Amino acid sequence: MKRYFPLLLIFAVLINPFAEAKKPNNFIQIKGSDTMVNLAQAWAEQYMKINQLEFIAVTGGGSGTGFSSLISGTCSIAMSSRNIKGKEINLAKQKGVTPYEVKIALDGLAVIVNPKNPVSKLTIDQLAQIFSGKITNWKDVGGANGPIVILSREVNSGTHVYFKEHVLRRGDPNSIEEFAPGALLLSSSQAIADEVEQNTNAIGYYGMGYISKRQKPLEIAMDNKLEYVAPTIENVTTGKYPISRPLFFYTNGEPQGIARKFIEFCLSPEGQKIVLATDFVPIKQ
Amino acid sequence: MRTAKEKFIEKLILFCGLASIFFVVLIFLFLLKEGISVFKTVSPGDFLCGKKWYPISEPAQLGILPLILGSLLVTLGAAVISIPMGVACAIYITELAPAKIKEILKSGIELLAAIPSVVLGFVGMITLVPWIKNIFHLPTGLTALTGAIMLAFMAMPTIVSIAEDALYSVPKSYREGAFALGATHWQVIHRVILPAAASGILEAVMLGLGRVIGETMAVMMITGNAAIMPHSIFQPVRTLTATIAAEMGEAVVGSEHYFALFAIGIVLFVISFAINVTADLFLHRKTK
Repeated sequence: MKRYFPLLLIFAVLINPFAEAKKPNNFIQIKGSDTMVNLAQAWAEQYMKINQLEFIAVTGGGSGTGFSSLISGTCSIAMSSRNIKGKEINLAKQKGVTPYEVKIALDGLAVIVNPKNPVSKLTIDQLAQIFSGKITNWKDVGGANGPIVILSREVNSGTHVYFKEHVLRRGDPNSIEEFAPGALLLSSSQAIADEVEQNTNAIGYYGMGYISKRQKPLEIAMDNKLEYVAPTIENVTTGKYPISRPLFFYTNGEPQGIARKFIEFCLSPEGQKIVLATDFVPIKQ
Repeated sequence: MRTAKEKFIEKLILFCGLASIFFVVLIFLFLLKEGISVFKTVSPGDFLCGKKWYPISEPAQLGILPLILGSLLVTLGAAVISIPMGVACAIYITELAPAKIKEILKSGIELLAAIPSVVLGFVGMITLVPWIKNIFHLPTGLTALTGAIMLAFMAMPTIVSIAEDALYSVPKSYREGAFALGATHWQVIHRVILPAAASGILEAVMLGLGRVIGETMAVMMITGNAAIMPHSIFQPVRTLTATIAAEMGEAVVGSEHYFALFAIGIVLFVISFAINVTADLFLHRKTK
């Protein structure tokens, strides 16, 4: 029987109900919007440098993912690039969770094309028609003859939802405009950046933080009588750039403990400096 | 003491054997329980034959026909590429290759099986996607064909190793008999060995296809994920598996979108179950 003793021991460890049962109270999990992962990560790193005994883990997955884990209690802060939906609030209430919203930064959505594409400015109306599949050739918007390849994020992305509601539907809640069925749904902003970089026919969108020399951000105007505006930090702060949005943290009820300290840190001048450094737009000037 | 120990071990093994069946049944019941709720809002006909997949709109449009066709198209493409290559490779290994090359080939194929699918997807995205785009002058390289080629690589190891076993198990006397009658090497392979191993090869093909239809990560990265009715293999498609993987994180637990994803799970389960049963039937015919 002695031979089996180590085996039994292993079993005992594996099924030990006491291991890991205690949740450490100096740890919080932040989950949600992919757009905000880099920003939250930068905040968390700076915060942990100051408060060495506290740990903050940041994971992406999309704004919707953040809400579902806030509702199921697997994260303390949900980050989101869109407002919480009525459906999600109802569900949260059923599970005894009251979402509490904090606006923590602003973001401009850049619409990007390949640098070789001659098109460099579009109106919101043209964008809506391109992304809903009504304009299908670049020559209709002043470019070379070629099919437009629409790149969008997956439906779990707050950016996808924001773009649909504010560009395709122009903020009209009764509109039923949809992305063209032929739009390619890519799983990350980086995937969109990569495809635009190598495809001269592609058009896509991502948060301003991703802008690089290998894609060309378009200048956007509300309509063709107004000025075309580039997605820059000044233009988003002044509200001139038409596709910009607030970024949120959501907690269950008013934030407590570390979550509260962390959110206060994010909103402090030091925290907002990090917002600028990661190419987002600070909320307080 | 001794008999008690024997009994105990016997029971333990019995339990392990039953556990796998038990888990499959549990998983299926769970899928069924979660998935069936979607039919409160969509009829099964509209769900299976609807052509529009807009799961987060109000009202949601939950038609999975483009997804089913997308999965089938990619699988079919992968089959057309991997079956002839896989079977030919198995024939070469068993019948023609010198011992040294045989060893190298076999370990190479095992290595191919060991590559994680996300790595294949990544390599495909960087190399194959631009390549397909330029060769066929397509607007984008993220197409069903790209997915099919990459998946063919994934099905190959399964097809080769099982087909190879089937070819090996053809009795030596068949071969010797055929040669004795004056048949050429090709005639022996083509007329004697292949027919004798046919059921095993079919099983290999079915298991390979089972792997392809369930594959997720690579297809999600390189097929473009556009939920359109596919008209040609040069178009982007969205597969059943990629849809579940991409949207499960978003779906609010208990929403109709969530139930719809489970219903897609049932459809996938049924498809791979059908493939496995077919493979099993061939296997039984072989052993009879």
